[in-house]
Amino acid sequence: MAKTLFDKVWDQHVVRQNDDGSTLLYIDRHLVHEVTSPQAFEGLRLAGRRPWRTAATVATPDHNVPTIHREQGITDPVSRVQVEALDANCREFGIMEFGLGDIRQGVVHVVGPEQGLTLPGMTVVCGDSHTSTHGAFGAIAMGIGTSEVEHVLATQCLIQKKPKTMRIRIEGRFPNGVTGKDIALYIIGKIGTAGGTGHAIEFAGSAVRGLSMEGRMSLCNMAIEAGARCGMVAVDDTTIDYVRNRPFGPDAACWAQAEQAWRTLHSDADAVFDTEVQFDAADIAPQVSWGTSPEMVLPVTAEIPAPEEARNAVQAEGWRRALEYMGLKPHTKITDIQVDKVFIGSCTNGRIEDFRAAAAIVRGHKVADNIKLAMAVPGSGLVKQQAEQEGLDRIFIEAGFEWRDPGCSMCLAMNADRLEPGERCASTSNRNFEGRQGMGGRTHLVSPAMAAAAAIAGHFVDVRDWQEVQ
Amino acid sequence: MEVFTQLEGIVVPLNRANVDTDAIIPKQFLKSIRRTGYGPYLFDEWRYEDRGEPGMDCTNRPQRKDFVLNQPRYAGASILLAGENFGCGSSREHAPWALLDYGFRCIIAPSFADIFYNNCFKNGILPVVLDEAVVQRLMAECEAQEGYRLIVDLPQQTITTPSGEHFSFAVDDFRKHCLLHGLDDIGLTLQHADEIRAYEQRRKQEAPWLF
Repeated sequence: MAKTLFDKVWDQHVVRQNDDGSTLLYIDRHLVHEVTSPQAFEGLRLAGRRPWRTAATVATPDHNVPTIHREQGITDPVSRVQVEALDANCREFGIMEFGLGDIRQGVVHVVGPEQGLTLPGMTVVCGDSHTSTHGAFGAIAMGIGTSEVEHVLATQCLIQKKPKTMRIRIEGRFPNGVTGKDIALYIIGKIGTAGGTGHAIEFAGSAVRGLSMEGRMSLCNMAIEAGARCGMVAVDDTTIDYVRNRPFGPDAACWAQAEQAWRTLHSDADAVFDTEVQFDAADIAPQVSWGTSPEMVLPVTAEIPAPEEARNAVQAEGWRRALEYMGLKPHTKITDIQVDKVFIGSCTNGRIEDFRAAAAIVRGHKVADNIKLAMAVPGSGLVKQQAEQEGLDRIFIEAGFEWRDPGCSMCLAMNADRLEPGERCASTSNRNFEGRQGMGGRTHLVSPAMAAAAAIAGHFVDVRDWQEVQ
Repeated sequence: MEVFTQLEGIVVPLNRANVDTDAIIPKQFLKSIRRTGYGPYLFDEWRYEDRGEPGMDCTNRPQRKDFVLNQPRYAGASILLAGENFGCGSSREHAPWALLDYGFRCIIAPSFADIFYNNCFKNGILPVVLDEAVVQRLMAECEAQEGYRLIVDLPQQTITTPSGEHFSFAVDDFRKHCLLHGLDDIGLTLQHADEIRAYEQRRKQEAPWLF
């Protein structure tokens, strides 16, 4: 029977089919960070349990680490306790950790693929919703809660109900200036933040095949913002080339066998999906979110909508609240919105290609006078090193950006990197919820190039016009 | 995990769609390494006028009077009525921990985000999906009638209103079983340890690069 990509990977990981319809699913890779793991390790200790297979688990602190003055250690005592708890738990249970002093430390969803810890056809979990990122490798990658973190540590399995499948096909060629991030935002704008609920999404079509691994990761990263259990892209040459020679990838002895298996990781031609959606790449423009949910998003050429244009009363009320929170008036042109801060980084857009795209815009310019802070925060120590070897750090610093150490930073603002009430931010992160980047802070989600252009212009601009703007 | 069988309790209507886990428990409280103590900070930014910090004593913080949880008529509530896609966003289990710590054992909404929905069952909270029209009607009844209570019956899978009206809801057999008996599902999975080992042996042959 014809199978979807999701079915193929799922079927390879079924340990046991339970009578009640649930499945005991084997987990190949478990990524751990400091925020959602301490209670899981404590649970193991209280029950007198040991991890089932420590080699499957890798940890790194990211959510709660400082991105500046690392030499001073973590000055916030509450954050320090949490990061030290991760160090201690990894030592006690024998789990490999890329700690704060390790160049491999960084945002867990940047580190996994970079190290070859994420491989095609794997099941990958992490106590973080953006685990969907790893689906870019044709893996089933799911965010889980802390109870399930403990469950995976103790059993290397999860009890799962098989989700439905959805294929989102994007055909054609993207206009210049349109990135994986814009595609993700565009899709969420169309299907809504609950559009993928209960589904595993496969992103397919010629436009998706044309994306780099970085672009595919940005796209799958935001599958969770569409409510999906996971997002996936089929394996092809782009995938295999990215994985080749990664430190934790297959050794030479089994590379050929691995590659042969990975080459089968695509949906069969006549596979049937529960839901199918199709978009035309040519319709997608650079996107800017205007509200407090990722589905409140528009092309940069648009105007802020009015609640009267909403499709029903619930949505109209949501828009009214969002407009008030965001301090925006209907019919304002998006390009007339001034920003106070700019954040380039996160698990969505903290990879080398993202910093190259942003630096290409910033090169030779200065950050606008109204920008209080522009930050470039690499997704890992190795991304930072690579960027510095390419001289990207100089471009950002000379333009007036701060060039920081790796971490989640202002994506969720657990550390000192945050917005003050009323401040408006052009951000390459993934969530524009109320208070996400700091209480009262106003987030606009954009691609790295769009964030960089906003930093230079002081307001949103269409990067497709960037040459003319200069 | 505390057993869930039947619950009769005061209901709070939170008539908003897409309530995300950042709103349920803001990020600064995720620095705690414990499972308890989050209740005072539930919906912190909607509940208080000042910025909350971990460990803060909340008894004298300025409250936002317009937020439902601050209205005296809803004191002691154990059932939350909410809009569609409740619990979207982050996977933080601190969200159900905060709801539980505050006293909620049941959340009724037209739909839930997947990870949040799953996290509730792991903590003895029953998430109930009812039709949007029904939820809106319950919201209206709840707002109109002070002291409005619902009866939630998990074995029967029904919600009963003060006027005696019943609504049935669906729940997975496995999740229901665990909730009814307060079961630790790690213990259940470890009953299949031999099957997990057999799977690993087989996979090592098929895909040695994974081990």
